[in-house]
Amino acid sequence: MGSVQTTSSDIPMIELQRLNKWYGEFHVLRDIDLTVRKGERIVICGPSGSGKSTMIRCINHLEEHQAGDVIVNGITMTRDVKRVEQIRRHVGMVFQHFNLFPHLSVLDNCCLSPVWVKKTPRKKAVDTAMMYLERVKIADQAHKYPGQLSGGQQQRVAIARSLCMHPDVMLFDEPTSALDPEMIKEVLDVMIELAEEGMTMLCVTHEMGFARTVADRVIFMDEGQIIEENDPETFFNHPRSPRTRAFLGQILGH
Amino acid sequence: MATSFFRESLISPRKPPVSRQGLRGWLHENLFSGPVNSLVTLLVGALAIYALVPVIEWALIKAQWVGDSRADCSGDGACWVYIETRLGSLIYGFYPEAQRWRVDIVFVLFVVLGIWLMVPAVPGKKVAALVGLLVFPVVAFFLLSGGFGLEHVPTRRWGGLMLTLVIASVGIVGSLPLGIVLALGRRSSMPLVRGVCVVFIEFWRGVPLITVLFMASVMFPLFVPEDFNIDKLLRALVGIMLFWSAYMAEVVRSGLQAIPSGQGEAGAALGLGYWQRMGLVVLPQALKLVIPGIVNTFIALFKDTTLVLIIGLFDFLALIKAGTSDSSWLGFAIEGFVFAALVYWIFCFGMSRYSQFIERRLYRGH
Repeated sequence: MGSVQTTSSDIPMIELQRLNKWYGEFHVLRDIDLTVRKGERIVICGPSGSGKSTMIRCINHLEEHQAGDVIVNGITMTRDVKRVEQIRRHVGMVFQHFNLFPHLSVLDNCCLSPVWVKKTPRKKAVDTAMMYLERVKIADQAHKYPGQLSGGQQQRVAIARSLCMHPDVMLFDEPTSALDPEMIKEVLDVMIELAEEGMTMLCVTHEMGFARTVADRVIFMDEGQIIEENDPETFFNHPRSPRTRAFLGQILGH
Repeated sequence: MATSFFRESLISPRKPPVSRQGLRGWLHENLFSGPVNSLVTLLVGALAIYALVPVIEWALIKAQWVGDSRADCSGDGACWVYIETRLGSLIYGFYPEAQRWRVDIVFVLFVVLGIWLMVPAVPGKKVAALVGLLVFPVVAFFLLSGGFGLEHVPTRRWGGLMLTLVIASVGIVGSLPLGIVLALGRRSSMPLVRGVCVVFIEFWRGVPLITVLFMASVMFPLFVPEDFNIDKLLRALVGIMLFWSAYMAEVVRSGLQAIPSGQGEAGAALGLGYWQRMGLVVLPQALKLVIPGIVNTFIALFKDTTLVLIIGLFDFLALIKAGTSDSSWLGFAIEGFVFAALVYWIFCFGMSRYSQFIERRLYRGH
């Protein structure tokens, strides 16, 4: 895999400012400060339970934070439903377990939100959906149901479904962790292509090859805080924190 | 020691052994797979013949089918003449004979609408649903009760199968949406909404239907001013609807709980609002999952319409029962109740089969 050219600008797309979250007494996110510029690709890694998923789920309010600010595209997140839905329209998300709607065909999965949220005419929504399905190389399955597809195919549909809303940012929450080994590449290829087109991306993943190729910055989290943050070259070759070194040793050292 | 193996040519598929195919294979597999199973097969077969032959003989072979009075019933078998002579009152109750064509029209509309809604090959389901939910009830109400130049027929003259179907349809059509709303409310994150729904469900589920009917017919009038008069049938209908909506709510809730939270989250991440997430993503899956439970409740509701007998409404079963004390037809209770059982069974079995058909149709390979 060759390196992907950086296209990021100085416009902040996502700002997390002293973000804090608790599950009951458990302090799951501690003073998170992070700015993601438009066009930037960030990879977040860390041991399980370190708060990486929780952090990106705060960006589209699937999790609620108790202190600090989440600012997406200049809009500050509040509990106001209208505000939340407005932000979500600009933030696409891909889940570990795909979360396709099993009762709808692949095409209808992609058209649902454009038609109901953006009030796009059905015909136009279908055209857009087919275009993105074409791009993730699955247009020939458009009339099948998710249950008839392989995991890799389902995840590619999930990416297309998000893209149909024309998001400004894409969040990936361990997109390849539930896949059989032979299907990981087809999903990563789609993600790399997306990165090449300049999409702003935050990826929680343990695919370090992907991080080296695509990321502008790699972030290592542990115990609810950001431990280390660097460009991939420095991050992988000269990790500073012993925790980072131990983690990299565990996932790369076999 | 490691074994080394290498296959040079692949094995092509072959047919299964003859003894496992066709009728012989089926018999062997399912009925006579061993000495104990063979014995059980023979025993159950003998028992079935022993029990069924006399019933078939009584109900069909030796039965009296034609005639018009008791004198025609002389054989050993069932006398269906009894049912035939009473068929009018069994279907229409005390509805005036000259006006029964109005009920017939409602029956025909009901059947046509049913076919339109339930047979997948017939197009225009949205129109059918609108007609069925908005137009049909109004038309049926005025046809049955009168108005617009039609003679008024008070609900105390309604009865028989017609009344049973009115109660069952209103109960079914009313309790399902109400149950869905209650189920969503019980899972709401708003404590007040949740509390109201929990209290409602637990109250109605905690009292017997008979109590509800008594309250509706006897107690309710005591608590309201004398000139404030609501039709007795209407009170019973509301009671039945609320009672069954509580059951329905719990059936629907069990379906909602089976849908992974990721479904709602994916909808939320795509910008769908609460009602869109519920209506487009979660409920279609949850309701499909609990079709057996919903139809189970429908069937229970249908059969429990017979309880309206105790508040003086004469449904189908009440008229069957009234017929057994007819002095000119004493001694034909068995025919009456067998016929009643058959009619209820046909409706319930129909619902059961249709629900299985829908389940297969909605199967999406997951």
